[in-house]
Amino acid sequence: MTINQIIDIKHSILLQFIVLLLSVLLTSCSDQPWNNPYSNTSSNTSPITSIDEHIAYSSFSERPKHLDPVRSYSSNEYTFIAQIYEPLLQYHFLKRPYELTTLTASSLPELKFYDSEGNLLDESDDNIAYTEYLISLKPGIQYQPHPAFARFSSNVFEYHNLEEEALKNKYTLKDFLHHASRELTVDDYIYQIKRLADFDLHSPIAGVMEEHIVGFKDFRNTLKDHKQNNPADFHDLRELEMTGVKKISDYQFAIRINKTYPQFKFWLAMPFFAPMPWEADRFYSQPMLKEKNISLDWYPVGTGPFMLSENNPNLRMVLEKNPNFHGETYPSDGEAEDIENGLLADAGKVLPLIDKAIYSLEKESIPYWNKFLQGYYDASGVSSDSFDQAVQFNAQGEIDLTESMQAKGIGLQTAITTSISYMGFNMTDAVIGGESERARLLRQAISIAVDYEEYISIFANGRGISAQGPLPPGIFGHKGEDHNSYVYEKVNGQLKRLSIDYARSLLDKAGYTGGRDPETNKPLVLYLDVTATGPDDKARLNWIRKQFSKLGVQLVLRTTDYNRFQDKMRKGTAQIFMWGWNADYPDPENFLFLLYGENAKVEHGGENAANYTNPEFDSLFEKMKRLPNTTERQKIIDQMVEIVRRDSPWIWGFHPKAFSLYHQWYKNVKPNLMANNTLKYRRVDSALRAEKQQEWNQPVTWPLIVIILILIASIIPAVRIYKQHEQRRAR
Amino acid sequence: MTAYIIRRLLYALPILIGVNIFTFTLFFVVNSTDDMARMHLGVKRVTPEAVEHWKAERGYDRPLLINSEASGLDKITDTIFFQKSVNLFVFNFGQSDSGRDILYDISQRMWPSLAIAVPVLLVGLLVNITFALLIAFFRATYIDIWGVILCVVMMSISGLFYIIGGQFIAGKLLHLVPISGYETGWSAVKFLILPVIIGVIGGIGAGTRWYRTLFLEEINKDYVRTARAKGLAEQFILFRHVFKNALIPILTGVVVILPLLFMGSLITESFFGIPGLGSYTIDAINNQDFAIVRAMVFLGSVLYIIGLILTDISYTFVDPRVRLS
Amino acid sequence: MPEMVFLWTDILIFLLVALVLAFINYARKRPHLSRPWKQVFSSRIGISTLIILLFYIAIGLLDSVHYRPDVNDEKNKGADMLSTLDYILSDLRLNHEKTYSAPLATHLYARENVESDTGVTTREFPRLKYGGAHLDDPEKDYYLDLFEKTVIGILLGIAAWVIIVMLMVSWLAVNSHLAFTELISHIRHRKTEIPWRTAFITLLVISVIAGILYNLSQYYHVLGTDKVGEDVLYQALKSIRTGLLIGTLTTLVMLPAAILLGIMAGYFKGWIDDVIQYTYTTLNSIPGVLLIAAAILMMQIYMSNHEADFTSVTERADLRLLFLCLILGVTSWTGLCRLLRAETFKLSELDYVQASRSFGVGNFTIIFKHILPNVVHIVLITVVLDFSGLVLAEAVLSYVNIGVDPSTNSWGNMINSARLEMAREPIVWWSLTASLIFMFTLVLAANLFSDVVRDAFDPRLRSQS
Repeated sequence: MTINQIIDIKHSILLQFIVLLLSVLLTSCSDQPWNNPYSNTSSNTSPITSIDEHIAYSSFSERPKHLDPVRSYSSNEYTFIAQIYEPLLQYHFLKRPYELTTLTASSLPELKFYDSEGNLLDESDDNIAYTEYLISLKPGIQYQPHPAFARFSSNVFEYHNLEEEALKNKYTLKDFLHHASRELTVDDYIYQIKRLADFDLHSPIAGVMEEHIVGFKDFRNTLKDHKQNNPADFHDLRELEMTGVKKISDYQFAIRINKTYPQFKFWLAMPFFAPMPWEADRFYSQPMLKEKNISLDWYPVGTGPFMLSENNPNLRMVLEKNPNFHGETYPSDGEAEDIENGLLADAGKVLPLIDKAIYSLEKESIPYWNKFLQGYYDASGVSSDSFDQAVQFNAQGEIDLTESMQAKGIGLQTAITTSISYMGFNMTDAVIGGESERARLLRQAISIAVDYEEYISIFANGRGISAQGPLPPGIFGHKGEDHNSYVYEKVNGQLKRLSIDYARSLLDKAGYTGGRDPETNKPLVLYLDVTATGPDDKARLNWIRKQFSKLGVQLVLRTTDYNRFQDKMRKGTAQIFMWGWNADYPDPENFLFLLYGENAKVEHGGENAANYTNPEFDSLFEKMKRLPNTTERQKIIDQMVEIVRRDSPWIWGFHPKAFSLYHQWYKNVKPNLMANNTLKYRRVDSALRAEKQQEWNQPVTWPLIVIILILIASIIPAVRIYKQHEQRRAR
Repeated sequence: MTAYIIRRLLYALPILIGVNIFTFTLFFVVNSTDDMARMHLGVKRVTPEAVEHWKAERGYDRPLLINSEASGLDKITDTIFFQKSVNLFVFNFGQSDSGRDILYDISQRMWPSLAIAVPVLLVGLLVNITFALLIAFFRATYIDIWGVILCVVMMSISGLFYIIGGQFIAGKLLHLVPISGYETGWSAVKFLILPVIIGVIGGIGAGTRWYRTLFLEEINKDYVRTARAKGLAEQFILFRHVFKNALIPILTGVVVILPLLFMGSLITESFFGIPGLGSYTIDAINNQDFAIVRAMVFLGSVLYIIGLILTDISYTFVDPRVRLS
Repeated sequence: MPEMVFLWTDILIFLLVALVLAFINYARKRPHLSRPWKQVFSSRIGISTLIILLFYIAIGLLDSVHYRPDVNDEKNKGADMLSTLDYILSDLRLNHEKTYSAPLATHLYARENVESDTGVTTREFPRLKYGGAHLDDPEKDYYLDLFEKTVIGILLGIAAWVIIVMLMVSWLAVNSHLAFTELISHIRHRKTEIPWRTAFITLLVISVIAGILYNLSQYYHVLGTDKVGEDVLYQALKSIRTGLLIGTLTTLVMLPAAILLGIMAGYFKGWIDDVIQYTYTTLNSIPGVLLIAAAILMMQIYMSNHEADFTSVTERADLRLLFLCLILGVTSWTGLCRLLRAETFKLSELDYVQASRSFGVGNFTIIFKHILPNVVHIVLITVVLDFSGLVLAEAVLSYVNIGVDPSTNSWGNMINSARLEMAREPIVWWSLTASLIFMFTLVLAANLFSDVVRDAFDPRLRSQS
């Protein structure tokens, strides 16, 4: 074979390869852009994309750990299960401030108050020993089709006693032929409350419920003993009674709470209090199914608008419309501007408005953002790096979309989150913590020096407002006009951080003249414990160091992994740390308890990470906790906030602002920080999306052709040399 | 030959035990079982009882290596190490700490990894050998010099650059391929083209240079000189003799890495969002899922040893003089 | 008073320098080692890459002399530890902008709210605090100024080059007993044994580039600034030390083990061979990334348990770097060990080794007298060949977050942050480009140099190319 032949062969192989590639590309995407990450081939596992079907596209960044509502407690899990499981109550989609409304309950719970003898009392009575929540259910709600409900004609459950043989080739729920449903009753809610108490299920709220629900703790121990004495795969929780939970009829039951706990109603809107049919528990308890990863943690069963039809956490999760959904309708009342924003256009329509939602695994934010711009995701947050591209400030200093975003018809929603990101001081630390005036002055000085406004502008692109205390806006007790006088002053109605000179003078007062430790006469050394992982962290940490050096104080960063960090927090060996809190429910108790002495992390293992203890604050907290949202409550809260501002156990940090972008074909978007079950309200204009995707993603092929030409051209000199070679040999 | 393979496999046992002990020690020096429990139970509202319970449920409440409270043989068998390791040897990896069946996950994630690794290997071989043969053919001309320099230049560019640049140009600017993602079946092709091309390009520098040395080594041998003296055409010599003889080191080099193709590529997979075993391992390390880490290390070691044995066997095929005893 | 500080890696790197000097001294008297080196130096590629490498090494060494600044030093207040390089580059280090700015820019890369005197806020690109701050009207003077500064830079570079060349040539002239002018004409016509002409041309290129960079960096951020406004050129220069350390210390720490075990296995054979083979096969079969990840986690735990010992950021980062070298060494020593084992195997069968053994010469005497000197070239080739691979590996490891400390300047960390920058619009390309160019130059020089070294030392290949 001559080299010419080789070149020819290679060439033709290359050509064939390219032709093959192109043909594969073209056939697989016929009328779609080449870079469409979703396919429309007839492969049975992949979702079918068509214009007639209304599909929402989104992503998830890590594998959800638990889809069992007893355990699930993180937002990435709620993304899925909140669409599937239905607790008794929900937050109104449009109304602000957040308002609880019914979901499966027919009305809001009816509250009755009793003393220890069982006499009915008034709400404001001091002798209340129990509160009873009377809850009624809407009739006629059906579960999604599920094999656990399937029965033979003999009325025996088809899949409750599976044999090894029957399980062959069954890897997902789809492999079970028969699916059935049944009506929702209060038994399912009671069953779930009992599951919350099960030691084996590790419910994160078991500890909280133990305090509040009557008989919860006893039930917990009884169940534990029962399980030890009767080892079996399945324990029917219906056989054991919990004193505080009483069934009245199939559609009515009562929950009894110790004393009063007004926040309990918020828990009733969380997936922890979703119904669980005993049949499902029975079905999933079969050990052979567990071995195949078929468990409640992976295959939820609910009454909600969607059901999980594909569960492949390595690739994608697909939610499909539940055919048995009970026909909830789109709300017809909202805020005044909702009509103007078109949010009430669908009022009265039967939910859900889409047929399917496809969540693809997307670990990195950059591909996500790029795919959003290409039209392959319907909505996106705005990371700090894509901020300038997406958002700008208009002439009035208001936030607006850039021209390029507007040209694409992208919409923007912003909301200040009900969360706080703060820097905490460990109050048990000898230098920075404690009650002494010296330490307090040091904390106040640092609070002034760490310029969170600059932090927000550099690292969050101005997406946030600096916090004046523990309560974020949108939570009762937050006062917009109020400011933290230990860090800020008001100049001409504008908030201004106190000067660094003032902070230095506080430091002088505390005995650290010029930031020097009087004992060693060297700069005072403080320690910040952080978990540094991302590429962005280096810049952030350098920035924090700079803030402390403004006071002449040297900050040492102790970077560590997340586990170590948690460990340090538990043992109280950290000195300064950065942490955040995201509201579970819209009540000030959910923030102020982070500073409540009884919740101190080191001593009580609670959520008070700063280990702050102040008897005055604590007694006010006890009082505030039990009050409804009245001016009296506001007054107490004001007092509490003032105490912690003075003591400065935290640098209050900031309340992040959430920005979300969405494409023009994505409708009914309104940020709701409390509700997780908002997918059912969304609407998608598939035809418009297909058109835009086509428009935005025309492949640019000329560089490919140029590369191929260059490759061909580079062969020419080789051939020439070869010829010379040959001639020389011939001579 | 069969006896030889069996003996080699038996030799592999102590190595696997050693690997097991080593990873086990490393992992538990880093992580206490408490850490693992807290990691898996989540962040908010975790009680110490819940931690104890989790440990008991998964068998992490035993002592690590030696149980001083037990008697007799139980001293060794009633430990986390023994309980968790024995099953590995029959490839029963059990459940991951988050409760999924590891073997099932591995069997699912293996294919995407292979779908990248195999084309990269094959296309890479084809391209590299072709280039190397061309360069060897044109040795001592300016094609040779520039070819080698080009190889060195390509070797000196960080692999990350190829990936970042390729993704940026092909995915973002030219809209030729999806930026990231994966599909099952034939539709995977459009997700794989870019990673495969990048993988091949990234390997050209080192590969071509290495094969060129092999060919040159062969070309300078006496029999080639004789052949040339006989007046055989250069391209004939190159293909008939040089290529055939250089095939031995090429083949053995390939065989060693064959089994390891299953393990996937860490960087490529995480950049392109491909759900293979490489990203599986990285995730497990980040999530501190010891069960998966242990399974992957074990699998890696087994495959490595298989690779060594395959190499020995492949020697006998290409070179009849080598006999395994 | 500033107080000298010796970091672990500083000590090791100077130890390495001492070792290299000692080796040069040793090799000089032994023709089988000095001859190949002469060959390296007489190759044009060899000498020019060596000069580039020396330039990198010089920067790395400057960056390896650390001191703690005086407490009264207002300029460096809050700084933990500085190196001589930091001192030289004080301007670059301290002139922070607010955030991103493009190379040689006079304005920030992002728009900001600027309030005018009338109280109207507009969104515009603000002027930089330092970059191009000397210009009154950047729009008018910018290009002229840039041109002027570049020309001055080139002239500075040439001037420095002339001085260096004069000094070197006169030194050479004294050594070779040639007249100054005669020697120059020899060099010009490539008549010298060592290709000085190539060397001087390389030097000219380097000094002109350095001159331009130096002069421009007085007025501009030549390679732009990063997210928090730090100068990218400064970061890239600081990263040189990290790259060099990973490339050299890794091999340094693995050498004793690899040499000792490799030679022992090949020489003693029998059960010692079995044990050593077992050890390295076991280590080899563990996926390297896992080993590194676990080791880095372990390191962090150790530090969090002994917090009092690691009070300074630089020290902590330094220890992590050292540890990374160590663990990279553990994962890579097996290759050398295997090579040495095979070579020793061959050597120990040779007649004169057999003979001295039968004369009753002690094992260790034989190893040190006959075996070690004959495997030195293998060690050398491996060290040089591994270098570039390790520099590249650092970048990949940093990407997976198991590389050097996030506070250490390294090319890997720069590339890692650049991933986010690539998604910006307009993209921020200079961090990525700067790190790639700096890394590419080093790796390319190292690769070419190692080729020359290998050709010179490996007798098998010497005859061929």
